Amino acid sequence: MPNQSARIDLQPDVDTLVLRCAGTWHWQQTLPAQPGLAGCKQVRLLAEEALEDNEGALLAWLLHLARNCQAQQIALDADGLPAGLGRLLALALAVPARPGKPEDNTSHFIQRLGETALRLWADLPQAAHFIGEVSQGLGRLLRGRANFRWRDFLWLLEDCGPRALPIASLISFLVGTILAYMGAVQLAQFGAQIYIADLVAIGMVREVGALMTGVILAGRTGAAFAAQIGTMQVNEEIDALRTLGLSPIDVLVLPRLLALLLMVPLLTLYAGVVGIGAGMLVATTVFGVGAREYFNETMLALSWTHILIGMLKGTVYGALVAFAGCLRGMQCGRSAQAVGEATTSAVVTSILLITVSASILTIMFQRMGI
Amino acid sequence: MDTPALSVRGLTMAYDGRVIQQDLDFDIPRGQIFVIMGGSGCGKSTLLRHLIGLQQPAAGRILYGGDEDYWAADETRQDALKRGSGVLFQGGALWSSLTLAENIALPLEEFTDLPAAAIREIVAVKLALVGLSGFENHYPAEISGGMKKRAGLARAMALNPDILFCDEPSAGLDPLSARRLDELLLELRASLGSTIVLVTHELASIFAVADQAIFLDAESRTMTASGNPHHLAQHGSALVRHFLARGEDA
Ligand SMILES: Nc1ncnc2c1ncn2[C@@H]1O[C@H](COP(=O)(O)OP(=O)(O)O)[C@@H](O)[C@H]1O
Ligand SMILES: [Mg+2]
Repeated sequence: MPNQSARIDLQPDVDTLVLRCAGTWHWQQTLPAQPGLAGCKQVRLLAEEALEDNEGALLAWLLHLARNCQAQQIALDADGLPAGLGRLLALALAVPARPGKPEDNTSHFIQRLGETALRLWADLPQAAHFIGEVSQGLGRLLRGRANFRWRDFLWLLEDCGPRALPIASLISFLVGTILAYMGAVQLAQFGAQIYIADLVAIGMVREVGALMTGVILAGRTGAAFAAQIGTMQVNEEIDALRTLGLSPIDVLVLPRLLALLLMVPLLTLYAGVVGIGAGMLVATTVFGVGAREYFNETMLALSWTHILIGMLKGTVYGALVAFAGCLRGMQCGRSAQAVGEATTSAVVTSILLITVSASILTIMFQRMGI
Repeated sequence: MDTPALSVRGLTMAYDGRVIQQDLDFDIPRGQIFVIMGGSGCGKSTLLRHLIGLQQPAAGRILYGGDEDYWAADETRQDALKRGSGVLFQGGALWSSLTLAENIALPLEEFTDLPAAAIREIVAVKLALVGLSGFENHYPAEISGGMKKRAGLARAMALNPDILFCDEPSAGLDPLSARRLDELLLELRASLGSTIVLVTHELASIFAVADQAIFLDAESRTMTASGNPHHLAQHGSALVRHFLARGEDA
């Protein structure tokens, strides 16, 4: 049998347009254009014997035609269609199309850039509002009136602290090694290898330990906060809290914020110690510095100021990570995709905030001369 | 006549300016089972969110106890009003980091001074009522959708609320569990005098439990019928009769 391509034969009558559907309808071929309906009062559909529409292409075409007819109030007589096709068309037309949302036009790059900038701007009041809510929550907590769940808090403490140790150890060790190597190569030129100890101790304890801890927490803990709270948003778990009159700030945000604030100075300190250990390993094995000498030099170099400044920076970074994670989680939309976006956004926001605050703090302490 | 448990006056609901339903006016009488019907997407869940204070009306008022405007009340009072109602969300909304027992215990721990042993007993009773004895230590991820619904109902009943809101409680349940659930709702109304607001499509359960029903129409975006479902099935508009037609003979 010849495989005839899809065809619509027009037979204009006085005020009736008769359409004869014919051939085999495929999505791969160009479908016939919709007929002009101007001036006609009725459209009658007929079908040829050999009509085939296994893929639904004709049905889609007819649906367009029918909607056009409805729009122009033209009667459509589909009795001439094969029974199955006629019934499907009737079913598809049974519920009239509702005006829905307009399509999201995939916009131009420049437009998206502008929208992103506007969103960042629009974020500010929301972020300020969030900070306000968290402060109120802290106030309630101090007065013992917050719905603070200690069991969650203890679990979060463990998750933010001890469970972050392996990755914190690895990164601090590697960074300590790099720092020692880079310093040593320069210092060895004039036989001052022993000052590797100063470089590593001050560098790790005062700056890098806190920075690395902040970045690790951003990727590990901040992202987890956003994902946890975001998923709860999607599953209406946060609504379920609200209907009990429980504040999601008290139940979800405060424990996370406090757990991170408690753990981050310890992690920073730990990162410093591991870094110093790595530096010592490099100095003693590669550059021939004695272990005891190295230790003594480290003790000389370190002062409480360095240690406290490092811990303070770590705490600031930790607070920013917790803030960004919880904020993005609370702002999360109601779909799985939104959770992914919230998580990414939490990490990006954290790292951005850490970088900015690191610069500000460093300059500030420099100016203060400490 | 008693004052109604909840009244809705001239309520219009919208998302970002897109109106979902408008000019809703009805009373939910105390101690009755009140059903919200309508095709999917017509705004039943959205109406429920308005009734429980999760979403602010675009226009109109939600009145508790006949005359107390929810959105005019201060925050403490709003929390108290919320606590007087139990909610079963469409997806169960169990807290996923807690076991079923902990889910049900949480409201009791937060809002009563009951000793732990008593709370355990209450949890066991609530779980037994919804047919989930033995699942105390399961996490929500470890049970089926229908079981989550039932556990959500157990949680909603934890504080013996005056009003219980349930969003499609029997969707996803097998016929036997669905019937048991209907019986449970009837029992709650009879023994505790609870007011129950039910969103459901299950015609059999509408006819079995509903004292009153309203029908939301997606087309005209407003309420097109209200009354007893048996009455509506005879005398409602064509659309409502059509909607209810398949349940009468069931
Ligand atoms: N968060 C939302 N944002 C925008 N539109 C929504 C949202 N939730 C629901 N809608 C819209 O509101 C209408 C009613 O939804 P819903 O109340 O869930 O319907 P039902 O529960 O009756 O099936 C639907 O058209 C839906 O698209
Ligand atoms: Mg719904």
